[in-house]
Amino acid sequence: MLLKTPLNAAHRESGAKMVPFGGWDMPVEYAGLISEHMAVRTAAGLFDVSHMGEVTVEGPGALAFLQGVTSNDVSKLVDGQAQYSSLPMDNGAPVDDVVVFRRAEGRYLIVVNASNIDKDFEWLSARGPAGCEIADRSEEFALLALQGPRAQEILQGLTALDLAALEYYHFVEGPVGGWPVTISRTGYTGEDGFEIFVPPAHAEALWKRLIDTGRSAGLVPAGLGARDTLRLEARMCLYGNDMDETTTLVEAGLGWIVSVNDAKGDFPGRAILAEQKKAGAPRKLAGFEMIGRGIARHGYAAYLHDDAVGHVTSGSYAPYLQKSIGLCYLPKEEATPGAEFDVDVRGRRVPARVVPTPFYKRAGK
Amino acid sequence: MYPDDLRYTKDHEWVRLSGDRGIVGITHYAQKQLGDVVYLELPEVGRTLKAQETFGTVESVKAVSELFSPVAGEVVEANAALMQAPEKINSDPYGDAWMVALKLADPAAVKTLMDAAAYKAFVESESK
Repeated sequence: MLLKTPLNAAHRESGAKMVPFGGWDMPVEYAGLISEHMAVRTAAGLFDVSHMGEVTVEGPGALAFLQGVTSNDVSKLVDGQAQYSSLPMDNGAPVDDVVVFRRAEGRYLIVVNASNIDKDFEWLSARGPAGCEIADRSEEFALLALQGPRAQEILQGLTALDLAALEYYHFVEGPVGGWPVTISRTGYTGEDGFEIFVPPAHAEALWKRLIDTGRSAGLVPAGLGARDTLRLEARMCLYGNDMDETTTLVEAGLGWIVSVNDAKGDFPGRAILAEQKKAGAPRKLAGFEMIGRGIARHGYAAYLHDDAVGHVTSGSYAPYLQKSIGLCYLPKEEATPGAEFDVDVRGRRVPARVVPTPFYKRAGK
Repeated sequence: MYPDDLRYTKDHEWVRLSGDRGIVGITHYAQKQLGDVVYLELPEVGRTLKAQETFGTVESVKAVSELFSPVAGEVVEANAALMQAPEKINSDPYGDAWMVALKLADPAAVKTLMDAAAYKAFVESESK
């Protein structure tokens, strides 16, 4: 039995191709993956990401607890600010990657991956929260992602909140189209845009209003297929593919969300992560593009001469860049731009080259 | 969506009989299931294929799919232009997006494949 978001009927109505994803019945595409991808790069796309989980941590001890279970420095957050972070284990690998939102002093919301909601909740509960309550609020929120260069002008048409004043990784609560929502300037596409937390009862009405409002500006509904290719072009990691419980944060290129300063204090994996931040990890998640004809896919082996040296964690045709790209764990000495290796594409060795990342960076950023 | 002059397989390939030759491609339903096609690999001219043998690969952004020869024959032509513009598989699956021409070992074998009505019924039963 697949779980359904509050927008399930709306997706089916609009002819979306639905697929099972992490236990959810989700739209993978509407009109077509490439047109949706391009719409987000050039105008705007609207995604249903209601499958994501929301966990609250509230109480006078919330900050101290979060400092001890996350990798980034939560004390840097002010009210209305969000932070990309993770829940590390003793081996320096993440239980999950998360975004921490500070709503007020002692009031935090953590957005977690859909397939990790139960795991994260149990992990946090087992870390001995003192002076705070942890609650799984996932059923209280639908989540829409409005992404693309025209996202701000489209959303501004439905709210009196000053969106131009809302900075990257900040959020604000208020009405959009009359519905009580939280708007966060965050996303997973490499474009400007917003994620909108809305009570499930209003999700479908808000979805339809946004589509109607944005249509003339080029807004289209976009599925999980385009979400995946957009995040890959922007070299954003996907949990379960590019990192998991066996890859350290530094190996995954996420050393920037690991804080080892004194104010942060101790947390699981701190010692190994501090060491790897200083000396480098033995292997690294490298971005590559294919030189030969073929598309590398998740799980394909990487070879240097005749030695298996790693595996592709994400690989796809990149619709905006119009080439075949991917991410691959390689020994650190092979993980530098220009280095060449082979990908085993179903029995055929196809040459690939390490390139600088992100593959795509929006203008002006 | 199911031209009458073609024969079809359960793997969603079509074949058009023309004398002792069979032209092969994939169906409208197949391209729809794949989504936006971005890559195509076809065999060398001269290769001999058995019925059901893999003769190439088609990939969309998200999916990889093998191509199976509907009938036995020798590859006498491969659509090289289509490898450079595989998106035509989405826009014109029964026309520009033909993939290979086979010199058939047994032209009569084509008649044993599904006709348009049978294939339509097969697709409808599969998509239920």
